[in-house]
Amino acid sequence: MASLLEVKALKAFYGTTQSLYEVNFEIPSGGITTLLGANGAGKTTTLRAICNMVRTEGSIRFDGRDIAGMATEEIVRLRIAHVPEGRGTFTSLTVDENLRIAAYTRRDKAAVKAELERVFDYFPRLKERIQQQAGTLSGGEQQMLAIARALMLKPRLMLLDEPSFGLAPLIVLEIFRILKRINEEEKVSILLVEQNAALALDLASHAYVLETGKVVMSGPSSVVKNDENIRKSYLGY
Amino acid sequence: MAQFLEQFASGLANGAIYACVALALVMIYVSTDHLNFAQGEMAMFSTYISWQLMNWGLSFWVAFAGAVVISFVMGVLIERVILRPLHHAPILSVVVVFIGLLAIFNSMAGAIWSYLIKEYPSPFPKSSFGIAGVIGPHQLGVVLVTLVVLGLLFGFFRFTPLGLAMRAAAQNPQMARLVGVRVDWMLALGWGLAAAVGAVAGIMVAHIVYLDPNMMGGILLYAFASALIGGIGNPAGAVVGGFIVGVLENMVAYTGNQIEKLTGVYIIGNGEKLTVALIIVIFVLTLKPAGLFGRVVVRRV
Repeated sequence: MASLLEVKALKAFYGTTQSLYEVNFEIPSGGITTLLGANGAGKTTTLRAICNMVRTEGSIRFDGRDIAGMATEEIVRLRIAHVPEGRGTFTSLTVDENLRIAAYTRRDKAAVKAELERVFDYFPRLKERIQQQAGTLSGGEQQMLAIARALMLKPRLMLLDEPSFGLAPLIVLEIFRILKRINEEEKVSILLVEQNAALALDLASHAYVLETGKVVMSGPSSVVKNDENIRKSYLGY
Repeated sequence: MAQFLEQFASGLANGAIYACVALALVMIYVSTDHLNFAQGEMAMFSTYISWQLMNWGLSFWVAFAGAVVISFVMGVLIERVILRPLHHAPILSVVVVFIGLLAIFNSMAGAIWSYLIKEYPSPFPKSSFGIAGVIGPHQLGVVLVTLVVLGLLFGFFRFTPLGLAMRAAAQNPQMARLVGVRVDWMLALGWGLAAAVGAVAGIMVAHIVYLDPNMMGGILLYAFASALIGGIGNPAGAVVGGFIVGVLENMVAYTGNQIEKLTGVYIIGNGEKLTVALIIVIFVLTLKPAGLFGRVVVRRV
């Protein structure tokens, strides 16, 4: 399978502090890939680097095109949707507005409406809350809203930063089930960053493990999951 | 009673002007966290542009529309050319640039059109407009025009996709980028709109205060007060604050006159309007630092 995203020799910097040293990975088209690692390993930074939200060096190719150095909003317009950690919904806007903002450049109102319906099919709970301010939603609902908004961008690749963060286990399971559906039904490739390694390995087909800004190992999820050493040294469970 | 109504009405008209300038200030403040000290001088410059257009033979409303459009473009250009390189600059650098802009616009207007005070026409017909003994034709016109402008702006921000994108960009720029909003352009658009609203205020007030390069100095102070009293981050609050300050200053003068009439003792009058109004503003802000409609923002450090 051709790879959708290809990251080579990626370095990233916050000011003068380097936080990624040599990150290489590939995401196959249509699959779910997960990025694992302890706190501070560089998982979030890797996602931010893909969207040019930190200073980077190295090559990032999306669908064969070099996107390193492009403006964040232009990268998003290539249909890479980034659901940041802490959800990042517009808290003072309504659910409806949060979703529509992702389609604001599109003129075709009927298509946007159809899109909204499709998104509500995945997240029926959001439909009930459509006129509510996003800030008044529960944590789980806000996470759903963030994913739903990403879907409104008609993404080819979705970057998810710890969608399980701070949520009750049942909600997390529900969200992960929906992610699997999105991946299968919408043909959206997913790059998932997670602390909850067991959960992420169940969902993803391939895993990369980061430690202090470097990829230290990678392989099919089944292999990573069953490797005692990796589990003990990097995943901590 | 008649005098009271008149004073109240003229307060509303002044308040409408303050509301517009305050709104212009707030529009830039919510998206950049900066107070544009040059807002008043930009509005003054726009007013001169409309005067020039009229001098070239255009009718009032054509000149009005022309000046508003030119001001919009001017606002966009200022953001793109002058402020863009300063996006990551420390706040003091930006403040100095604002003060520089203020001085530049002031002396440019003086150089081009001279510092002589000019009369400025009112477009509202004396005969058919206004309610005798309650509100004068120009005052009523000012209130109506500014209400229409404010209504249009509200509709734009509330109901159009572009307005939504601008609100999103102001609230959370980084997240807005992540949904494909071109945040830098939204900032420039915000500057354009602020300049356009300022132009409306300048053109409407010029008939009252006459046209000269320093005409907006006092008005900018009132507008700051209005924005603060309404809560500096709240556009609707700025508008309400504008009307409050406008009416308040006239009520101060009115009360002073009444006291003088009754007791023969002069305590306050027209001369102390600004002082007393600002004292009341300070008083309000002491009790409610976030303004009447402002939210208290808790920042994590």
